[in-house]
Formats: sequence, structure tokens, C-alpha cells
Amino acid sequence: MQTLIYVITILLYIVVILVPLMVGVAYLTLAERKIIGYMQVRIGPNRVNLPLPLLNKLRGFGQPIADAFKLMFKEIVLPTHSNRFLFIIAPTISFAPAIAAWAVIPFAEGWVLSDINVGLLYILAMTSMSVYGILIAGWASNSKYALLGTLRSAAQVVSYEIAMGFALVGVLMAAGSLNLSDIVAAQNGSFLHWFWLPLLPLFAIYFISGVAETNRAPFDVAEGESEIVAGFHVEYSGMLFAIFFLAEYANMILIAALASLMFLGGWLSPFQGIPVLEPMFAWVPGIFWLLGKMSIFLFLYLWSRATFPRYRYDQIMRLGWKVFIPITLVWIVVIGVAILVKLPPWFDIVAKG
Amino acid sequence: MLENYLPILFFMIIGIAIGAVMSIIGFLLGTRRPNPEKDSPYECGFEAFEDARMKFDVRYYLVAILFIIFDLEIAFLFPWAVIIKSAGLFEFIAMMIFLSILVIGFIYEWKKGALEWE
Repeated sequence: MQTLIYVITILLYIVVILVPLMVGVAYLTLAERKIIGYMQVRIGPNRVNLPLPLLNKLRGFGQPIADAFKLMFKEIVLPTHSNRFLFIIAPTISFAPAIAAWAVIPFAEGWVLSDINVGLLYILAMTSMSVYGILIAGWASNSKYALLGTLRSAAQVVSYEIAMGFALVGVLMAAGSLNLSDIVAAQNGSFLHWFWLPLLPLFAIYFISGVAETNRAPFDVAEGESEIVAGFHVEYSGMLFAIFFLAEYANMILIAALASLMFLGGWLSPFQGIPVLEPMFAWVPGIFWLLGKMSIFLFLYLWSRATFPRYRYDQIMRLGWKVFIPITLVWIVVIGVAILVKLPPWFDIVAKG
Repeated sequence: MLENYLPILFFMIIGIAIGAVMSIIGFLLGTRRPNPEKDSPYECGFEAFEDARMKFDVRYYLVAILFIIFDLEIAFLFPWAVIIKSAGLFEFIAMMIFLSILVIGFIYEWKKGALEWE
């Protein structure tokens, strides 16, 4: 009986995390179309309204729901020469880890489903899994465009994963823990104590690698609409395509959440340590700060898509291997020295345990 | 401690279940009118010339090999990075020696042109 209650509690928590996540993914697609639309002096989707009291004034607010229903009723084309089984399971393989990674994300102090002490390692494992979905999809499609997109994407993702891994090592050194709640706790103090300042190069590299890792513009050579049509998901249609889409956007939100947690103090208030403002904003729950910081990163994602032209493939590989990896290596040594000399205000406190 | 991992297992199962359910919904609700033209691999309007599983550039393979080396290096760095705050000069120097050996290898592959794409 007790076990049953425990299991049901866990399932409820998972629903409480997943439903807002799915709604967030749906409305991120709307935000993307609206924001890029306004940046290009268009309006974006403005026809489908929600027939609800307050929301029916917001033009285009029903668009994601209409899109979801449209994709549900679309035909799923199974190409003749494809490997049927792999073709059908590939979207799920890229979707499941993008969802499962959210198990260890702390949304506010103590608001974490599974408070494991290898949280960051688990996140790294889950984000690395996403490349399998792409590989299997491209291989199973048995289409030339899909194979080209897959090869590009796989090489790009593994290259930027190294830079990302080194950036994470820097965070670990500064925080002294793999637990995401402890990493946020280590940034307590004021917004100058957050790791963005001592780890500034790693912060930039982490976010740019995150953009490359999720195959988003300006690193979207895996899709490259204008050269290889749609890359690895050229043969996908209907709901199978929708699952890839959901996985990509869930991964974007995940990268935004991780960047906020590791470099911008997660749920900590930005007014900490400032005399008048801190008590004024003390009533704001931590999750709002986290969501605010995540929104900044998500906006950066969309902004860079509207602003930058696509990188050439050799430029992407050069940036990853010849710029990011040397910088991260140097910065790990710099952090090591800073910890040795106990540089205040970040490294003067000895880690517990 | 181990019960903290149970939600993760559930989360993975639910992730797979959502993916599976969505695929099944797509197959159930979607129309299904296959014809040879529609089901042929996409190739800008041409008939597919040959099988798509063709030879590809060996550089992709090289990148994969280099990735394994560096990813292992990161795996070695992780435990060191967690304890460095409570460790002293000895641990720091030990890791610097390890890193410098890898940097020599990195310089070698750079000079050899393993990172060039043109």
C-alpha cells in the first residue's frame, strides 16, 4: 500500500513537470514564429484564436494546438527502402532522453524530483543520447539527404560535446559538486557570486555549444533547408516528424534551464545583497527567477536564428575544435590556479566534505 | 540513496511511453494511401539512382575517434574537478601533468591536419 502511494506520488510529480514542459514546448514554437516574424517586420501567426474568455483577444494563440491536430491527421509516409522498425522508433529514441533529463532539474530550493549527487553526469549522459535518434533516423531513412544530414549532425554534436564537457568541468571545479541544487547553492551571495563572472568564457562556450548541440541556427547544417532540404528528417512526416520537433524544443528549454542553473544562479534572486531592492523582491518565489532566466536564453536562441546566417561546415568544425577546446582547456587551468590561491569572493570558502 | 533513482527510471519509461503513444496516434488517425512515387526516397524529383548507403568521407570517422579520446579525458577530469576545492597543490600538479600530455597530443593532431576540413 505504502509503495503504491509512493509510486503514485512520483507519477503525479512527473505529470506536474511534464505538462508545463509540453505546453512550454508548444508555445515556444509560437514564440519563435512571432518573434522572428516581428524581427522581419511581419506579424507571424494571427488567425487561430483560442475560444476562451481572456485569451481570445490574443491573436494566433491557438496556433500550436491547431498545428498539433493537423500533424496528428497527416499521413505517415514509410519510404520503400527504409528499415521500418528503426524508422519508426528513431523519433522516440531522440524524444525519451530529452524528457528524462528533466528528472534532476531543481526548479526552486528543494523543488527537485530526484536529488541525486551525480545530477550533472546524468544530464550529460541524457543530452549525449539525442545523437542516437538522429543517427538512427538518418540511417533508417535510406535517403541521400538524410544520410548527409546525419553524418554532419553526428560529427558536429560530438565535437561540441567536448567543448561542453570541458565547460561543465569548470563549473564542477567552481561548485565542488555534481548535484545541481548544490551548484546553485554555491552561487549564493549576490549576482556577482554567480558563476557567469569567474567562468565568463566557459559560460559563452557552454551556451554556444548548447545551440550547436541542439542543431539550431546558426549551426543548423544538419537540417540546412537550402542545401540538403531537411537533413535527417527529410523522410519523416506526420506525428513521427512532430516527435522530432518536440524533442528539439524540449532540448532547447533544457539547455536554457542548465545555463541558468549553472551560470546565472538558478532560482536565486538577482537582487540578493542589494540594500533596498532585496527586501522589495523577497516575496517573489524562486521559480519565477529561474523561468525568467530561462526566457532570456530562449529569446537568445530565437534572436540568433533571426540574425545570423548559417555557418559553413568547415567553419563549424574549426570553431569547435580549434577555438572552443583550447579556450576551455586554458580556463580550466585558470580556475585551478584561482582555487589554489583561494581567490575571493568565489573561491575563498572551502567546500564542505 | 538508491530510491532517488526510481523517479528517473519512471521518467525514462514515461518518456518512451509518450513517444510510443504519439507514434501510434499518428498511425491510427493519419490517412494511409501509399503509392510507389510517394514512398520512394526523396531525391529532388529524380528516381533514386542507387542505394543511399554509399561511401562517405573518412573525416567523419576521424572526428569520432578524436571524440572518444577527449570524452574519456573529460570523464577523468570529472572526479578531480569535484574534489579540487578541498585538495592541495599535489592534486593540481598531477592533473596539470595529465593535461599537458593530452595537450601535446592535441597539438600533434592539429599540426598533422586532422582538424582541417578543406
